[in-house]
Amino acid sequence: MSGVTVLEAGPRALLVELASGEEVEAFHAELLRRRAAGELPVVREIVPGARTVLLDGVEDRTLAGRLRSWTVPPLDRGEGAAVEIPVVYDGPDLADVAEAWGVAADEVPLIHARTEFRVAFCGFAPGFGYLTGLPGHLSVPRRNTPRTRVPAGALALAGPYTGVYPRTSPGGWQLIGRMPAPEALWDPGREPAALLGPGTRVRFVPAEVRG
Amino acid sequence: MSAVIEVVRAGALTTVQDEGRTGWAHLGVPRAGALDGPARRLANRLVGNEPDAAVLETTLTGCAVRVTGTRPVWAVVGGASCRVTVDGRPAAWGAPVRVPAGAVLEACPAVHGVRGYLAFAGGLVPEPVLGSRSADLLSGLGPPVLREGDVLPLGRPGDVPGAGPVPWPGAPAELVLPLHRGPRDSWFTDEALHTLTTAAYRVSERSNRIGLRTEGPALRRARGGELPSEGMVLGAVQVPPDGLPVVFLNDHPTTGGYPVVGVVAESALAGAAQAVPGTPVRFVRA
Repeated sequence: MSGVTVLEAGPRALLVELASGEEVEAFHAELLRRRAAGELPVVREIVPGARTVLLDGVEDRTLAGRLRSWTVPPLDRGEGAAVEIPVVYDGPDLADVAEAWGVAADEVPLIHARTEFRVAFCGFAPGFGYLTGLPGHLSVPRRNTPRTRVPAGALALAGPYTGVYPRTSPGGWQLIGRMPAPEALWDPGREPAALLGPGTRVRFVPAEVRG
Repeated sequence: MSAVIEVVRAGALTTVQDEGRTGWAHLGVPRAGALDGPARRLANRLVGNEPDAAVLETTLTGCAVRVTGTRPVWAVVGGASCRVTVDGRPAAWGAPVRVPAGAVLEACPAVHGVRGYLAFAGGLVPEPVLGSRSADLLSGLGPPVLREGDVLPLGRPGDVPGAGPVPWPGAPAELVLPLHRGPRDSWFTDEALHTLTTAAYRVSERSNRIGLRTEGPALRRARGGELPSEGMVLGAVQVPPDGLPVVFLNDHPTTGGYPVVGVVAESALAGAAQAVPGTPVRFVRA
């Protein structure tokens, strides 16, 4: 790990800044490991971001100094089964994404579906995960004009991330497909409520188009 | 038959609120909860509830509810000050009121302040979601915004303490917000940081449960570029591209992409919940 910056976010929160998304995942995993082992003082929320991990509700003021001195093992990618999400690759922005990638439109699903994704962090809406895995040169810009209504289940790309909208909402991401049963993404009555929590491995499986 | 309340006049924005949800921010779930926590706790205490019992939070225009069942129910209307009536007859504000079965309790439009709180003995007990009964408007968790005809169940009342007059904080004539260091203060020019703590801002009428928006001089950034999404705390002062500070309140998104210049002390946020549009705002160093 190449260096940790700890920033104050008010009197009760620390924002740990890291050099890469991969280091964020490793640091986040280490925080959870130490919390489970009872080695972390009380922290109300641990929220990974793109380059940061937020620790909110921190009463112990000495924690910042200790975080800087941690030795964090590299991310254990795990060999367990990934969550498989069936999708139909028929999104309205497929052609635009193909052009950005410099490939034919029918290659986009092939490239996307053979990628190993991980949930880097969540946000935007409950159950929405920011999935990393696509190589950097396949980043795509957001749409110039966001859509006022993106349907639940839409499979979308923006920047280096892939995501699936858990509920209907406005959105500016490029839509390349849809998950036929998006209600599986988020159910507050279920444990865990989110199908895609931080660190979850994900694969997209092309589904047959019906009807 | 246990008591319920029926909404007779819903008001502009009336929601069920308790302390909110904590421990779910990593899944994108906001905290929610009553914006004026001290007012909610005081209202609960006056009707003999636990401090975290669920109450109604009204916005500017109050609301009216009918209490049904076979017994009278003790209630308190507090927070923003307003006229209170029971079946049209004047009743006390900020103190326990006995509402007979079948009677309508009305919190009239606010005279001072923005958010009113209606606490009922026993508390409101809609089904909790992720450990809280709060309405979360951003992500649609918890009971939806109240509409006419809605019915909400009440829990079993405890002992109503003999409550004398209690001091309710008033709505601020000027909102003073103590500012702690934010994680991205270095993204702003020294001049902007000076402006933030010396200039006169006002509460914008675009404020809501997500954020207290302000009007005043725009803050200039020292560096351009986009901030990768990062976790946001309650009280964070986020500065969007228009340069006008937004103080994040309980329904704020859990992550955000605009730099946070400072963080307002949580104890000052009850005042922010009660400041009407146009109220002068002063950010001061904590």
